[in-house]
Amino acid sequence: MNFDVNTIREDFPILKEKIYNKPLIYFDNAATTQKPKAVIDKIVEVYTKYNSNIHRGVHYLSNKATTLTEEARQIVQNFINAGSEKEVIFTRGATEGINLIANSFAEKYINKGDEIIVSELEHHSNLVPWQLVAKKYGAKVIKWPFNDKGELSIEVLKSLINDKTKIITVNHVSNSLGTINPIEDIIKIAHSKSIPVMIDGAQAIQHIAVDVQALDCDFYVFSGHKIYGPTGIGVIYGKEKWLEQMPPYQGGGEMIDTVSFEETTFNELPFKFEAGTPNYVDTIALGEAIKYVESIGIDNIAAYEHELLEYAQKKLETIPQIEFIGTATNKTSVISFNIKGIHSFDAGTILDKMGIAVRTGTHCTEPVMQHFNINGTIRASFAFYNTKEEINELYNGLIKVIELFG
Amino acid sequence: MSIVNTRQDEIVEEFSVFDDWMDKYAYIIDLGKDLNSLDESKKNDQIIINGCQSKVWLLSELDGENVNFYADSDAIITKGIVALLIRVLSGLSTKEIMEAELYFIDKIGLRENLSPTRSNGLTAMIKQMKMYALAYNTKINS
Repeated sequence: MNFDVNTIREDFPILKEKIYNKPLIYFDNAATTQKPKAVIDKIVEVYTKYNSNIHRGVHYLSNKATTLTEEARQIVQNFINAGSEKEVIFTRGATEGINLIANSFAEKYINKGDEIIVSELEHHSNLVPWQLVAKKYGAKVIKWPFNDKGELSIEVLKSLINDKTKIITVNHVSNSLGTINPIEDIIKIAHSKSIPVMIDGAQAIQHIAVDVQALDCDFYVFSGHKIYGPTGIGVIYGKEKWLEQMPPYQGGGEMIDTVSFEETTFNELPFKFEAGTPNYVDTIALGEAIKYVESIGIDNIAAYEHELLEYAQKKLETIPQIEFIGTATNKTSVISFNIKGIHSFDAGTILDKMGIAVRTGTHCTEPVMQHFNINGTIRASFAFYNTKEEINELYNGLIKVIELFG
Repeated sequence: MSIVNTRQDEIVEEFSVFDDWMDKYAYIIDLGKDLNSLDESKKNDQIIINGCQSKVWLLSELDGENVNFYADSDAIITKGIVALLIRVLSGLSTKEIMEAELYFIDKIGLRENLSPTRSNGLTAMIKQMKMYALAYNTKINS
């Protein structure tokens, strides 16, 4: 494998930062990833050379910015292998994407008494929007529980599906536990009953090669900032057959065809779902981030991150006080754990003082914490710019934490 | 000098001996361990201050013109800082509590524990202590 982490680290300026005079060890990649220089430079370049509102102007700059934006759409389309650029909609992030799908899908397809299956593993972002639309239309959110390893069972799903089921929504990868869900099987089962599936890919897109046509998923959403791109930009992939039928989510400029005070007709896909001046600068920079990821190779990234996961798992297993939360067989590079008798907040505070950034708390998945009857975990999530030496530092840090609180 | 500031300066003085952050935190952890825990039966939802990560339970009582505070937390570092806040504000008059300007947390280098995210409930705890003082003050003067 042609993969040199030291060369890669050079691409990420923030990794040279010192935190409390100690080298930054960034293990909060599931919350957001750091940005390569190419992405940062692209943002500066667009504002410096091409800034102009897109899709409207007849002038040179507007055309240039429009072209770059639509090129970014093609980069995303190719990256996830969407059938058409009409199926790639830019949003503010995965959360907005889910809200859009929930609202527009529900308006068209969900009625009183219908059921929406939501897995127990979901981030609040893929639970609360469905609770809101369920309330609005008198539908029910059905919990698809996971087992004590943090895995979802297809057999359980089969038992939940019935004639009232209108959509199934599940993450590709769990943000708090790192479980990789069997979405191919989920989609097959759902489609055998003609039920569409929405996949929250926020924690998968940066780790796993995604081919939406091979998966045959109906919707797939993700955030740009979790795949080394900017904040404030995200993507919905949706099958054209659904998106064509679904009503617009927000009204405004860009999404219209013609407007009079009596009636408005809507623009075609994907613009129907992109009201207002889009975040074209970050869209273009997201395209750059994906180009960067492709230059490293998502499979190379996955292989190296898996190596880090196994190394960290073995290392932390030698600390007897550690209790692992979420022990799924298939996982991305996320380790969630607690130290017996020590609050995750306390551990996180001390690790922070050592320059080690981990996430502590409930990770916006309170139902997952409730399942395990805990008030939170310490979560270390690795990216391909992390190293085994950094994991050794985490180990040393945890030993210190145990000494301090023991 | 006000009692509040005398108490704060004492704490700042105590912390000035630590040049190592580890020693400082070890001391806060000790303070947390030494603070009497609230009886489990008292830790109900009415006195809870929810941070998204650690929880604080705060009880108050009026003792003549003064307010006594009792508190607890599920995280030890939070509890240690809670102990310091009680040391500064408990047993004072409602007016003294209401007018207190708390600078010691900043001076002993624990400002990040009072971040606007309120992840540990401490910022909300200070607000709540002052609210109790205000409420008792209204009661005394009515």
